Amino acid sequence: MPKRYVSIWFRHLLTDWKAIRQPDLKGTAFVFAKRDRGRMLVTALSAKAAHYDVTEGMTVTDAQMIAPGLQVFDDKPGRNIKLLNGLAEWCLRYTPYVALDPPDGLLLDVTGCTHLKGGEKAYLQDIAKRLKESGYDIRPAIADTIGCAWGVARCANSGLIVPVGGHRNALMSLPPAALRLPLDTLVKLENLGLYHIGSFIHSPKQTLRRRFGKDMVLRLLQALGLEEEFLLPLKEAVPYTERLECLDPVSTRPAIENALETLLDRLCKRLYGEGLGLRTAIFTWYRIDGKNGALTIGTNHPTHRSSHLFKLFFIKLDTVAPGTGIELFTLEAPKTEAVADKQSDLWAPKPGADSEEVAELLDRLSGRIGNGNVKRYLPDEHYWPERTASPTTELQKKPASEWFSDRPRPIQLLDKPEPIDAMAQIPDHPPKQFTYRGKQHIVVNADGPERIEREWWLEPGEHRDYYIVEDDEGNRYWVFRSGHYSAGNTRHWFLHGFFA
Amino acid sequence: MACFCFHVTIYHSTTKNHQVMTASQRELISSLKQDILQWEGFRAPAAGAKTAFGLGSIDHAFPNQVFPTGVVHEFISECPEQTSATGGFIGGLISVLLQNGGACIWVSYTRRIYPPALKRFGIEPDRIIFLDVPRQKDVLWATEEALKCEGVAAVICETQQLNFMESRRLQLAVEKSQVTGFIVRKSMKNINTTACTARWQVKPVRSQLRPGVPGVGHPRWHVELLKVKNGNPGSWTLEWRNQEFRLITEFKAAEQSRRYA
Repeated sequence: MPKRYVSIWFRHLLTDWKAIRQPDLKGTAFVFAKRDRGRMLVTALSAKAAHYDVTEGMTVTDAQMIAPGLQVFDDKPGRNIKLLNGLAEWCLRYTPYVALDPPDGLLLDVTGCTHLKGGEKAYLQDIAKRLKESGYDIRPAIADTIGCAWGVARCANSGLIVPVGGHRNALMSLPPAALRLPLDTLVKLENLGLYHIGSFIHSPKQTLRRRFGKDMVLRLLQALGLEEEFLLPLKEAVPYTERLECLDPVSTRPAIENALETLLDRLCKRLYGEGLGLRTAIFTWYRIDGKNGALTIGTNHPTHRSSHLFKLFFIKLDTVAPGTGIELFTLEAPKTEAVADKQSDLWAPKPGADSEEVAELLDRLSGRIGNGNVKRYLPDEHYWPERTASPTTELQKKPASEWFSDRPRPIQLLDKPEPIDAMAQIPDHPPKQFTYRGKQHIVVNADGPERIEREWWLEPGEHRDYYIVEDDEGNRYWVFRSGHYSAGNTRHWFLHGFFA
Repeated sequence: MACFCFHVTIYHSTTKNHQVMTASQRELISSLKQDILQWEGFRAPAAGAKTAFGLGSIDHAFPNQVFPTGVVHEFISECPEQTSATGGFIGGLISVLLQNGGACIWVSYTRRIYPPALKRFGIEPDRIIFLDVPRQKDVLWATEEALKCEGVAAVICETQQLNFMESRRLQLAVEKSQVTGFIVRKSMKNINTTACTARWQVKPVRSQLRPGVPGVGHPRWHVELLKVKNGNPGSWTLEWRNQEFRLITEFKAAEQSRRYA
């Protein structure tokens, strides 16, 4: 399939943008200017200003002389790139490969995309119409090479659709400026009387290289398709992408669900055929007012079961804001993994924690309560009670060490030890009685102390002397004294946990 | 369906009648009783599949003389001390349930359970999946979802609120999936009716070591079975020793009198 590229030229990118934001400027002469060596230079001008023969690089004072009532706005460097980025994102609805073409253009690789709108003509017309409606003055062109499309968009008077293989003919009548050449080369060509590309297209390449430098030859060859040229796409295209275009914009919930289901079915069928399962999926919608949004889901194990994936999306589907209507849906699977089609175990009594059912359950749960809130604990090599178990969100991870079990630990541990009023007979003895939350407990049995040193390389502080105490009602607690006994300090007893 | 109670009253108006009941009639009645159990969501234990929880004579309190699995148990706890005792008791039960494989899910809104301590109750703490639900209203939703999943062996849910309707939903979920659910109702103020199969209350009691040995002994609880469908409520004193339950039958009266002396 021959490559096809679209180049979109925004003739008055910045001023059109300004006029969209301030509609009263529409049709008036105004320019953007920047300060340069003590004077103001025009950097961008509106169509009306161009009508008065104002040009870029003119000083503002000169421009105001020839154009009465010219308004001047400050130019901000980098604004055009920002604008182009936004427009390029909008253009993603036409093709997955969109690249910026600074200062005032976009390049689209539309190979195999034009049939979506019913042919190249309709495709270009659709782009032009939609962008014109939003207020941009553009010229799109389509050709076999990037260079040719670029030149035709900017310099040709007609024939914006260059037929397949027709780029050489199309270039013939264009001025050398259509070749994306630097100004000094253009001046040189002008001085030599080479006003059309056709005048030098047949000259030997060595001669051209000697006279105009190798860049000029490269540009010529690129425009002719004899030299490769690559786009730097705005977004890496995902190989597993499905798109669904709506005949009419949709905004109802059943229609959105239907679209999602259709896309999931298609994508899952494709993944199934290749023995793959997805780990993340992105459901994107494009609204007719140019806004778009996306939902992302993740799974714990690779899957291509569309009903399960639909459930995961379903939990979040409330956040889809269709506005005035959605015209296009896409579904991407940026992360896929090989899925092993397991033979079902006939004899297994009950599927284990790593079974598909449990993984799907956890996908659903984490979709609603948040991914970080579904966790397991693995043993960690620390004695400090708060750090003995480290949380993990991975389900398959195996513990690296044994669980520490040679000392009794309370089944309930307070996040933060709570201070208690305790009375101990002699410094290193367990408390005889203590008051916790206003209730007095008489200690009848006690074990301890178990001294746990603080891990000084992690945090500073005192060590703890832990005691297991049992009160007269049979309640068992884990209490500790922070640091060494000191006569003046009464606030150093804490309750940290409850034993079963 | 199982939540409706089928009251089948068998009339034994006189002892004479009882005596003349033939063997075939008795057979019929026992099979009818089995039917009722089945309608109420109990499954008769398959031969050889009896799971031994080591509860000793407590088993006699249950229908079919076996601790009911695949149902929802409710545990009442008034204070953190009771919640810990309940946690220990449940730990001992799920260690048996988990032997047959399957996942264990612990759902809670304010969790204090300390995973390393579960090792003492025969559970590998890394096998339990904890769901720390940030919104209280999602707790029962998550529990129901987990109870519906057949790959799960046990679900523990810590919640304060559970009305009859919610408990019925949970009970219906387990009837299909045969997952065992444990609902721990923390800091409970007033008891309401629920559709759970059994209602328990576990309170810690003083541990005992051999006379003259100082220190704190093995975890010991006063386990009360307040309500059980088709069974007989009762209360027992249990101890968790050497990875199994021990039923304590000793002079409780003597101990108590000493306390108040």
